[in-house]
Amino acid sequence: MEDKTKDIIVCRCEEVTMGEVREWIAKGYDTFDELKRLLRVGMGPCQGRGCREIIMREIAKATGRPMAAVDPGTFRPPVKPVKLGVLAKGGDN
Amino acid sequence: MTWKNTAEAIVIGGGINGTSVAYNLAKLGMKNIVVLEKNTVCSGSTGRCGAGIRAQWGTEMNCRFGLACVEKFEQLSDELGMDVGLNQSGYLMVAYQQSEYEQLQKNVALQNSLGYMTKIVSREEAKEICPGVAVDDAIGFTFNHRDGHADPFLTTFAYQEAAKRMGVTFHKHTEVTGVKVHNGVAAGVVTTRGEIDSPLVINAAGPYSQFVAKMAGVDIPNYSERHEIIITEPVEPGVCPPMLMSFSGNYYLQQRPHGSIIGGCSPEGHPADYTLGATWDFLEHMSQVFTKLLPRAKDIRVVRQWSGLYNMTPDRQPIICEAENVKGFFLSCGYSGHGFMFGPVTGEALAQHIVLGKSDIPIDMLHYRRFAEGKLLIEPAVV
Repeated sequence: MEDKTKDIIVCRCEEVTMGEVREWIAKGYDTFDELKRLLRVGMGPCQGRGCREIIMREIAKATGRPMAAVDPGTFRPPVKPVKLGVLAKGGDN
Repeated sequence: MTWKNTAEAIVIGGGINGTSVAYNLAKLGMKNIVVLEKNTVCSGSTGRCGAGIRAQWGTEMNCRFGLACVEKFEQLSDELGMDVGLNQSGYLMVAYQQSEYEQLQKNVALQNSLGYMTKIVSREEAKEICPGVAVDDAIGFTFNHRDGHADPFLTTFAYQEAAKRMGVTFHKHTEVTGVKVHNGVAAGVVTTRGEIDSPLVINAAGPYSQFVAKMAGVDIPNYSERHEIIITEPVEPGVCPPMLMSFSGNYYLQQRPHGSIIGGCSPEGHPADYTLGATWDFLEHMSQVFTKLLPRAKDIRVVRQWSGLYNMTPDRQPIICEAENVKGFFLSCGYSGHGFMFGPVTGEALAQHIVLGKSDIPIDMLHYRRFAEGKLLIEPAVV
């Protein structure tokens, strides 16, 4: 039966599908950070807020581990995107 | 991945140089090669780098290396069977000081003599190459359209996938804790997952190379320096098409084909404590550099900030050689911030050196004995 979930967009910022995520997990890229580097999931403006858990669940399923054992990967600053012009003015004023 | 206790060759480090030398050893017919990576492939310096590729250098050796690298990257997607994200939109070098501009002019003459046709360009031409750039305080510019950048992740993963197809084994989350040496000959490694015996051990451990060398009883003068970098949200193309780079201005900035703009500089104080933090001071400083150079970028948002370690040597040139006192223990490290662009060529050269006893591009001058002999290879064109 055709897998209807494979075309679902998992990472909306970078337009990455469930099919792509599963394909690369199967090739051994079974950590969030490896998938991030390969497919750019979590590198867009939302920084993984939309896709991180979905992808961790896929990793858990594929590797037979509980969700709690899946490394969520690195979170990098800033927490929210900030304009260059605002940052350039510095923190004191 | 199944664990085997013996290997024909062990590569320590899954960055660009480790994956490249492993792939090239396999290509030259070596079997049973194992790459050991303490985290995951491309998680260290390669995955954190600015990813520029250039042949605009100031020494003959680096111009030759750079040109070989540009040519290698131009056909690398085909060779490895996977897109490496090459984007040749040129490097625009910006000089703010007279001595710097004179050096750039000398560099151009050298590059041209070696067949790399870099041009000196006027301010007006610079503004055509990078529309909207604010460089009225600069005094001179050079440009070569063949310079550019590639995606460091895709490039390294392309090497990994090509190497895997040729039978190379990769063990991630596997840290080397010891190098076994018997009577001055490499005998294998000890790792967090067990031991592997091998007569050939290659140290491509990037920022940790000096520690791995020490495990084999080899002293190299390398140290690692933290450099920071920021990247913006993706915006329409044309904001900063070439790599803008200045030595006295201390910056590099470029928009990726994907739309994000990336920028970094050499750090104040040269932090060498092996941490990988991100600082407010850098974020503020780099945002000022960005908005000064590209005033219309002020409303573009920064989405991410991180750091990586440059593995530095006293002359900021790599070490590529067999250890003097340990036969079969090879070093490929100390790239001083240029490991990504050089990796495809240096990995091939080292593999040729190991298997064939000679390489297409000479690497003999990159032995670490040059430091003791005082034969440093000083390169003027570095950020």
